Amino acid sequence: MIQLENVSRVFAVGDQQVAALRGIDLNIAAGDYVSIMGPSGSGKSTLLNLIGLLDRPSSGTYRLDGGNVTDLDDVQQARVRSKKIGFVFQAFHLVPRLTAATNIELPLILAGIPAAERKARVAQLLENYGLADRADHRPDQLSGGQRQRVAIARATSMHPAVLLADEPTGNLDQATGKEVMNLLEQLVAQQVTLIIVTHDPAIGGRAQRQLHMVDGQIINQTGSAVNT
Amino acid sequence: MRLIDVVQFASGSLRGSRVRTLLMILAMSIGVAAVVVLTGLGEGARRYVINQFSSLGTNLVIVLPGRTETAGIGPGMLLGQIPRELTLDDAQALLRSRAIGRIAPLTIGSSQISHEARNREVVVLGSTANLLEIRHMNLGQGQFLPAGDIRSSESVCVLGAKIKHELFGQQPSIGAWVRLGDRRFRVVGIMAAQGESMGFNTDELVIIPVASAHMLFNTSGLFRILVEAKSRDAIEQAKRDAEQILQVRHHGERDVTVIRQDAVLATFDRILHALTLAVGGIAAISLAVAGILIMNVMLITVSQRVREIGLLKALGAPAAQIKNLFFAEAILLSGVGSVAGLALGEIGVRMIGQIYPSLPVAAPWWAVLAALGTSFGTGILFSVWPARRAARLDPVMALARS
Repeated sequence: MIQLENVSRVFAVGDQQVAALRGIDLNIAAGDYVSIMGPSGSGKSTLLNLIGLLDRPSSGTYRLDGGNVTDLDDVQQARVRSKKIGFVFQAFHLVPRLTAATNIELPLILAGIPAAERKARVAQLLENYGLADRADHRPDQLSGGQRQRVAIARATSMHPAVLLADEPTGNLDQATGKEVMNLLEQLVAQQVTLIIVTHDPAIGGRAQRQLHMVDGQIINQTGSAVNT
Repeated sequence: MRLIDVVQFASGSLRGSRVRTLLMILAMSIGVAAVVVLTGLGEGARRYVINQFSSLGTNLVIVLPGRTETAGIGPGMLLGQIPRELTLDDAQALLRSRAIGRIAPLTIGSSQISHEARNREVVVLGSTANLLEIRHMNLGQGQFLPAGDIRSSESVCVLGAKIKHELFGQQPSIGAWVRLGDRRFRVVGIMAAQGESMGFNTDELVIIPVASAHMLFNTSGLFRILVEAKSRDAIEQAKRDAEQILQVRHHGERDVTVIRQDAVLATFDRILHALTLAVGGIAAISLAVAGILIMNVMLITVSQRVREIGLLKALGAPAAQIKNLFFAEAILLSGVGSVAGLALGEIGVRMIGQIYPSLPVAAPWWAVLAALGTSFGTGILFSVWPARRAARLDPVMALARS
């Protein structure tokens, strides 16, 4: 599903070149559940952004679903993000002026899906995530757990093959965090490829496959790579 | 993304910050209203002048004694010559031209008018029956001067409405006798009250046959000859004929001035049109200011909504779509602002119309189009930069911003 070959990412900080990723080789199969752990500054978020096509590698190649996506232009990248990738963020990133239902609907609106179909899908998602009675609430009227559930519903609204979660429990208490992890893990059962970035070993340890990063390199993998 | 969704999303984000949106719409609408009201005023002034001129008669050519040089000093001025008089014979000779339909000679003077114990000073106009129609005057009661021989000096007069009122009050005046200077005249008609028109107040005139006026003032010259061409196309021909006929009669000397009334009108028209444009242009500056305001606020919006823009990108919106969303906001703002401005301007124009009913105030269609065009133009133009800035945001940085 995801194949990274010798991928590096270098940032220019002032007149210095800082390598956030150095020669990463990584294969992730469809339906894998992978966690990326490491201290802050180790490059785990940069790796996630690269996989999510929010960023481009400085060198190396990235193949997604068999196709080379290393050098796609802005429009093509956006199309891939829209169709294949869902994001869940630590800070939820809900649009404050929109209701829960409209926030979930947003990727469908951007993709130009007809209104009738959107309504049906959003209603289904609200039902699935136990948000039916919160549909018309704005984010500031929702609890943290509810907000993250809206965000997950939004991330899955386009039925992506890959779900990328950057510290999805970082802003939640333990009980709610666990609840959110359960929801994400249910998606793995539906053959969604789930990649979670976290610095919390308790969260990261739940994944079948765990990557540990330090200084832009994967230093150690635990768990089984199902079929690389 | 569907168009309707773009509009909905943009209007949603405008509704999200109500005060800001209302202020921007206000700025835009004041600009549009200023253009509408000011050009409406300019256009009103232009139409007012045109109406005034055309109320003086149509297809008019006016013959004046003496030659007005447009540059320098004529030889007559240096020698202190008085220009040769225009006579009734000159006036009648003009009718030989095929381009000329009717004429009305004018003699003017002032005299004492009295009836019983009342008297006052009046301006006396000597003319013929044709004057009524050539000058588009309105008769109130009775008849105008009798048609017939231009030289018959009948002792009849037509009074202006105010003169009639001052001499007779509410009493009937038709058929009564008044004294003008040393002659007695029978009142045959009263002019309708019409007020001032181009400095000529017919309410305070007394009109008598031109030959009678010549006897009254002991003169044989004419103040003007009003010439009505047979049609609009014949005006130029009538003017040339008048010049030629009078030149022949005056022994080859071109000592009269012939002007086309519509030439004067055209000059006024041009001046007032230029004025309208200038005033409209000044008003358009306020539109440009509104545009800059929109740009300023949009730039602030972009930096306030960095996270939202980053999110939209992560959710699959390409740069062009982000740009479109910001454009849509600008167009909506300009659109609502323009419509509000047109309404505001229309109210302003109506109010001016109420205060000055004689001024036909109305914004010309081109000014309305120009105002709309400018407001949309500035709205879009000044949102290009903010929209591009939004579209170019790096999603990773944008999402990381807290």
